[in-house]
Amino acid sequence: MTADVWSTPERVALRALAREFTVREVVPYLDEWEAAGELPRSLHEKAAAAGLLGVAFPETAGGQGGNAIDSAILSEEMLYAGASSGLLASLFTHGIALPHIVGSGNAELIDRYAKPTLAGKLIGALAVTEPDAGSDVAGIRTRAVRDGDTYVVNGAKTFITSSTRADFVTTLVRTGDDPHHGLSLIVVDTDTPGFSVVRRLDKMGWLCSDTGELAYVDVRVPASQLVGAEGSAFAQVARNFASERLGLATHGYGVASRALDLTVEWVRNRTAFGKPLIGKQVVRHKLVEMKRAVEVSRVYAHHVIERHAAGEQLFAEAALAKNQCVAACEFVVNEAVQLHGGAGYMRGTEVERHYRDARILGIGGGATEVMNDLIAKALGW
Amino acid sequence: MNIVVCVKQVPDTWAEKKLSATDKTVDRESVDGVMNELDEYAVEEALRIKEASGGEVTVLTMGPDKSVETIRKALSMGADKAVHLVDAGLHGSDALATSYALAKALGTIEHDLVILGVESTDARMSVVPAMLAERLGAAQLTFARKVEVGDGTVKIERLTDTGYDVVEAPTPAVISVVEKINEPRYPSFKGIMAAKKKPLTTLTLADAGIEADKVGLGGSATTVADVAARPPKQAGQIVKDEGDGGTKLAEFLASQKFV
Ligand SMILES: Cc1cc2nc3c(=O)[nH]c(=O)nc-3n(C[C@H](O)[C@H](O)[C@H](O)COP(=O)(O)OP(=O)(O)OC[C@H]3O[C@@H](n4cnc5c(N)ncnc54)[C@H](O)[C@@H]3O)c2cc1C
Ligand SMILES: Cc1cc2nc3c(=O)[nH]c(=O)nc-3n(C[C@H](O)[C@H](O)[C@H](O)COP(=O)(O)OP(=O)(O)OC[C@H]3O[C@@H](n4cnc5c(N)ncnc54)[C@H](O)[C@@H]3O)c2cc1C
Repeated sequence: MTADVWSTPERVALRALAREFTVREVVPYLDEWEAAGELPRSLHEKAAAAGLLGVAFPETAGGQGGNAIDSAILSEEMLYAGASSGLLASLFTHGIALPHIVGSGNAELIDRYAKPTLAGKLIGALAVTEPDAGSDVAGIRTRAVRDGDTYVVNGAKTFITSSTRADFVTTLVRTGDDPHHGLSLIVVDTDTPGFSVVRRLDKMGWLCSDTGELAYVDVRVPASQLVGAEGSAFAQVARNFASERLGLATHGYGVASRALDLTVEWVRNRTAFGKPLIGKQVVRHKLVEMKRAVEVSRVYAHHVIERHAAGEQLFAEAALAKNQCVAACEFVVNEAVQLHGGAGYMRGTEVERHYRDARILGIGGGATEVMNDLIAKALGW
Repeated sequence: MNIVVCVKQVPDTWAEKKLSATDKTVDRESVDGVMNELDEYAVEEALRIKEASGGEVTVLTMGPDKSVETIRKALSMGADKAVHLVDAGLHGSDALATSYALAKALGTIEHDLVILGVESTDARMSVVPAMLAERLGAAQLTFARKVEVGDGTVKIERLTDTGYDVVEAPTPAVISVVEKINEPRYPSFKGIMAAKKKPLTTLTLADAGIEADKVGLGGSATTVADVAARPPKQAGQIVKDEGDGGTKLAEFLASQKFV
């Protein structure tokens, strides 16, 4: 039975750990961090001590071992227990900032960046998006020009998660003119002269996750900071597409599941017209529609994650899972706010935060339309 | 220093606890089991002592099959091995019987220190550590809020109502800890994965040399004769303050003989 791999004794224990950590270390402070606009470093340290940052990273890189199923269990259980998609995005930014470094096998970079980050001592970010190139990754213009033992980097990046707190930014740069083969990844320490955070961006949601706009002006970076070979970045980034998309799919069904739980609780306790709201058939049907969206999404995502963990290359399926889960999430958080009534529109009501947070899921990590393009192409349509 | 930590699985603190209708023991099947909270502090203290001065930490649990979840948690926090005393004949043991069985099991494990929580959240007798020390003929250092190990000795700060006492004893010794002593670590994911490879020994009554008629419901010195559900909360009395609130409050306190 396929369900077994999700409930081995170790994974049951991981789930319990994720829940306990979230209830004790996250939920009581989340409002405070939303107001502050960022997560404290101490949270990274605590999560590292519990081994949560290193899940699905190899032990040789300072990780904890485990695979995509373990990281999905960690994320979904944190969401079920009251964490938020924004919190996961910021606490686990290393999930996008480190895989290329770890995958490159470069021992020096792994020691300098991967190990301390997984130990909660450093914070990393991944900078791909630019003011005039987002979905069209090959359109980026930030340039790194070789000068002896260094690269001189010039350009701008925007919408970069965790970048205002980051110690290093894994940066996608242009080292050649070929749209795809002219791209490279280079790790830039944020204290390098010429690098600056232009501003912290104000957002609709994901408030506890800081997002920055970055400038690179004649930033001299040692050539040893290059991740993988020059010109190999597009392939490196593409290799991580599936896990990034499945990660966001998990946010989708995880948040939807939590929003449904909160809503069931609410309509049981809220009385209108002399009866609890759940007494209305229309309300119960709405809950059932939400339940259907959650379950179908979760089961499909789990299925794809299992195959991904087993080593299959799944471009279309990962993109389908993302779009399915994002659509389910948008539907469920919308209905959750609706059934909460005026309270659902108020700051301080949990579903209100999920409603705002959910909006990014269909834009980041490959917009819904871009996913659809990819799926059509993969299917030969 | 080789340390044994006695860890008990108890019904989830937040779950509604029930007693079995037939023999009035705690119904452990219908609710999730968790590690007795104070025992997490006991495990943490043992791990800290080990990290500072070496040795091995063994977890000892007496309880049904299900308690293995709790044993695994202690192993994933970092304990080295575990002994699980499990036998249908133990069901319904009272504190005296429990301490006897634990003492017998301890006879199979080399140790310098035994660390326990001061109390379990389900039965709350708070007597097992003292009884155990007595049965082992070891020094008892209870209610520790701080532990310092020396060469063949151990010193604790014993929490009292007004402050603390410093108590020192030679090893082997039995220590019970209060929650002020430390902050228990989370079991890391790597620890969870490593736990399944750590040695876990299962003991039956016979393995531990426990006499069957000294444990279980039949072998317990106490019997639970009857139980009654807690009466539902009475509706409170609301006193409206019409300038004489203070007087009315004082009258209420006097009527209840509080003042
Ligand atoms: C909160 C937040 C955090 C982010 N974090 C990071 C980060 O850490 N690192 C990073 O590099 N980037 C990050 N981004 C950027 C994100 O990846 C981009 O916003 C996203 O890729 C879309 O790019 P864009 O904003 O340039 O939109 P555009 O590419 O301009 O697209 C705009 C819209 O056009 C439509 N569209 C685009 N392409 C197509 C197409 N082929 N067919 C049909 N319609 C299309 C879609 O509706 C899309 O939403 C973040 C963004 C946000 C909002
Ligand atoms: C309704 C009811 C009434 C009861 N009345 C009595 C009674 O009157 N007298 C009586 O003696 N018993 C009674 N019991 C039995 C009781 O269930 C306990 O199992 C038994 O007394 C053990 O004590 P404790 O859990 O209270 O231990 P405590 O002394 O509170 O526990 C202290 C520490 O001892 C260790 N420890 C305790 N049990 C174990 C274990 N099984 N395995 C490993 N370590 C352990 C833990 O480190 C724990 O933190 C009653 C039970 C019920 C359900």
